[in-house]
Amino acid sequence: MSPRVLRIAAPLAVGVLFLAVWQAFARVTGMPPYILPAPSDVAQSLWTDGPSLLGSLLVTLRITLAALAAAALIGGGIALLFSVSRTLELSLFPYAVVLQVTPIVAIAPLIIIWVRQPFLALLVCAWIVAFFPIVSNTTVGLNSADRNLLALFRLYGASPGQTLLYLRLPTALPYFLAGLRISGGLALIGAVVAEFVAGTGGTETGLAFRILEAGYRLAIPRLFAALFLLSLTGIVIYLALDLLSRRLLRNWHESAGAGDEE
Amino acid sequence: MVPRAGTSRLAAREVQPIKPVKVAEASASSGAVTSTEARPVVELRGVAKRFATGVEALGGVDLTVATGEFLSLLGPSGCGKSTLLRVVAGLTPPTAGTCTLRLSGVGGRAAPAGRIGFVFQDPTLMPWSTVAANVELPFRIAGRLRGAERDRAAAALRAVGLAGFERAYPHQLSGGMRMRVSIARSLVTEPDLLLLDEPFAALDEITRLALNDDLLRLWEAHRPTILFVTHSVFESVYLSSRIAIMAPRPGRVVADLPVPLPHPRERAVRTSPDYAALCDRVSAILAEAMGEAR
Repeated sequence: MSPRVLRIAAPLAVGVLFLAVWQAFARVTGMPPYILPAPSDVAQSLWTDGPSLLGSLLVTLRITLAALAAAALIGGGIALLFSVSRTLELSLFPYAVVLQVTPIVAIAPLIIIWVRQPFLALLVCAWIVAFFPIVSNTTVGLNSADRNLLALFRLYGASPGQTLLYLRLPTALPYFLAGLRISGGLALIGAVVAEFVAGTGGTETGLAFRILEAGYRLAIPRLFAALFLLSLTGIVIYLALDLLSRRLLRNWHESAGAGDEE
Repeated sequence: MVPRAGTSRLAAREVQPIKPVKVAEASASSGAVTSTEARPVVELRGVAKRFATGVEALGGVDLTVATGEFLSLLGPSGCGKSTLLRVVAGLTPPTAGTCTLRLSGVGGRAAPAGRIGFVFQDPTLMPWSTVAANVELPFRIAGRLRGAERDRAAAALRAVGLAGFERAYPHQLSGGMRMRVSIARSLVTEPDLLLLDEPFAALDEITRLALNDDLLRLWEAHRPTILFVTHSVFESVYLSSRIAIMAPRPGRVVADLPVPLPHPRERAVRTSPDYAALCDRVSAILAEAMGEAR
């Protein structure tokens, strides 16, 4: 079997095997569905509750994507400021770390109280979780320009703006994209955690709230269905960002397989 | 032609200070004299460099490079030859002494953009840009990249034998080809002064010899002023019109001698008795300088 086929077939086989064992276990032991639903129960729930769950997914997805966009924009901007002024970086970077290591669950209630608009409150929570990898990665990237190339730019009389545009930014791009891939998953986690904390605070209900609600009602198959949709979303976000990264870097960066054809 | 065995075992003592070789080019046969008479492009007076770590990289170097000269800075690692090159390029300020450059249009210490070409030991290309875009970089920075400049970049690539590779990316090229791109980029602005910092040190022997010949052809055709840093005796004798030998701790010039080998220099020169004698002489001076330093 070619490695390419194996890459898809092997995990798929493991997944199918896992589901089969799960199904058999649930049926043989006769576990009630409110403790351990069989995959078939989950599939049925996915079918019947699908449309309403998809509506909730859309709410969560909107928060996630908005937070990711804000993280990319503001995180990239902060990194740019850091690269311009070392003093600024030294004085502010520790606080970015503080924001990163403080559990979002602990500060989410505060944010929800302070920011009245529910969508915005959730957005801020998800953004706090997502922005750090982009800031730290991009800052490293902007400072990683080849020393000899920097010397060459000086020799040809390049302005700081030109050095940034033609040298520092392209150097930082792979770092930024690596940060973005991490942040994609984190934005989703941030959005879900914020929704958990916010509860029904808003008029719209996201997927996280549906999970909570299903748990209270012991509608465990629906809980699993919502969970399934959530993981699927995370995977799709990751794959999309990975594709974007490969597209942008395919001509030159090792991470995108440049040089493989040699 | 002289057999190989004869070239390697020529006794150093037998060689008298550079016998005038009958050559077509008068300037080559009397290199040292010519270089002091011609207008110097680079003039170093007591240039010293002490790093923050306390290392004395350069201890008072006096050196002039005349227009159209191919001067090699030869010495062991750590003798400050790369530092000297960076001082000339204006990338490292000297702690003492003066470095005066006379480049077209502008005099004084500040080098106008594009009048100096620099080639590093690594090709130092932008991996995200095509070969053409890398060579066009000096024009892009200068803010004038139009048809004429693109043509000049293409011509520079032709000159190093890379026509047809304009749209390739650096990772698609071999090490030698990347170095050719780097040389093309340094030549594209037709600089008055070309600084090369051990450009072939990281290449394999075969590629290195080929690039030696290419560089010689380029110099013979356009006669740019070249300051070439190397630690290879054979390379310095084969390429240069003059060699400045450096010794370490602190870095200084201990000998300065012309290379009166005829032009055009072909591979055959490498097996000639004159070449072997010069290499022996240069090696002896180098060994002596190293002995003193030890």
